[in-house]
Amino acid sequence: MLGLGESAQLLSLSSPGWGANLLRGLANSLQIAFGAFGLGLLIGLLGAYGKLYGGKVTRDLLAIYTTVIRAVPELVLILILYYVGTDVINRIAAMMGYGRVEISGVVAGIWVLGIVQGAYSTEILRGAIQSVPPGQLEAARSFGMPPLMVMRRVTIPAMMSFAVPGLANLWLIATKDTALLAVVGFNELTLETKQAASSTRAYFTFFLAAGGLYLMVTLCSGVVFGWVEKWARRGQPSLKGAR
Amino acid sequence: MITLRALMQPHRIVMMVIFAAFLVWCGVSLRWDWLPHYMPLAIAGLWTTLWILVVTTVLGFLLAVPLGLAQAVGPWYLAVPARMFCTVIRGTPLLLQLWLLYYGLGSLFPQFPWIRSSELWPYLRQAWPYAVLALTFSYAGYEGEVMRGAFSSVAKGQLEAARSFGMPRLTMFRRIWLPQAVRNVLPTLGGESILQLKATPLIATITVMDIYAVSSRVRSDTFIVYEPLLLLALVYMVIAGIIGFAFNYVERQVPARR
Repeated sequence: MLGLGESAQLLSLSSPGWGANLLRGLANSLQIAFGAFGLGLLIGLLGAYGKLYGGKVTRDLLAIYTTVIRAVPELVLILILYYVGTDVINRIAAMMGYGRVEISGVVAGIWVLGIVQGAYSTEILRGAIQSVPPGQLEAARSFGMPPLMVMRRVTIPAMMSFAVPGLANLWLIATKDTALLAVVGFNELTLETKQAASSTRAYFTFFLAAGGLYLMVTLCSGVVFGWVEKWARRGQPSLKGAR
Repeated sequence: MITLRALMQPHRIVMMVIFAAFLVWCGVSLRWDWLPHYMPLAIAGLWTTLWILVVTTVLGFLLAVPLGLAQAVGPWYLAVPARMFCTVIRGTPLLLQLWLLYYGLGSLFPQFPWIRSSELWPYLRQAWPYAVLALTFSYAGYEGEVMRGAFSSVAKGQLEAARSFGMPRLTMFRRIWLPQAVRNVLPTLGGESILQLKATPLIATITVMDIYAVSSRVRSDTFIVYEPLLLLALVYMVIAGIIGFAFNYVERQVPARR
């Protein structure tokens, strides 16, 4: 077992230590988590509106999308979407006369995890939109607000307080799912950790350090989402002491 | 439940026809000649996935009950460690936990001669004990949080009634507290079990030969990419569907006043 001093040396930021590698991995992980969460929200908003107000075919297709994505393991989806994505882009590039295109890991990760996140956020946002009292939307419409303005000024602010807890959960899933990209060889925190651990054979030191980093992200996100929820609930009566 | 009439709308018939055409196209123009050769391996892999899923779900649930109980009503010296365990498990990726156990413990054990000479050593050298341990902890961590809510949501009057009849504490727990708590969270348990199924392919990264590992093997042996992955996705969807139906069935068996 390694002593504490040795662990500190291994984790130090300067050259013999691997601390800088871990932090770079963390930055990559967070970048992908942000991108995927954002893309997921976009897909989710479109999907939720499609499920609620779309035609029959749109609704059925979206139902298939959310069901399939939520039933198949993320690892399998990541592989399928990764191969499909690179294949499609390379075919398009070949048609336009370019050679093989190398896709950066960050973009591939965002695309893959974003589609997975989109299925979950579709369901969360659909539920949240449905819990907005219909009278508020009718009032907005009766004043002649165009649909997009109703969405921007009434639906989204009113549904925020219902959506935030679910979205907070989804963000945590996004940060943890970035670890799965290690399996397709993308240098995020978990893979950097494994490389550092297997070249120094100090497995416990590095895995515990990475666990600490992930935990820090989780706990900080919890605090931030607490603020966001408080902000989204402003003006609503407090639920404290309701039970 | 989907009724036949709901399926017989014109747009759904068109979609089903398109889907059937897609299936036929998959059957005809994709390559399936590798399938007979890898069939025995695939069945063994499916069996591994299934037993690991069932064993870790059951063990994880058994561990989640004391975790939930400790957080709901336990004294602080039990509640604090239980809460910390749940936070750490839920706050770090499962892949990291799995690798910590497999590579960390796996490199630590051989340093002790008494472990090497013990009866357990042949098992500790394999990968599946670490897979079972990591998946059990993961399920227990998520479920401990659920069970905490479940235990504290059982109506107080029920427990007071049991106590007033002089029921011993263990009997009260077994007959009144646990059944009602589990009944309240059955839908959540079903969802968590499907999540557990979706976590099982991670064990392929520590060389356990589950169904996912078999598909990776096919891919690296034959350079066929899409066919094994599509089949794999289908297998997971079928298992998820079976779990969903099973929990639906159990939920319908439970008498509930609605």
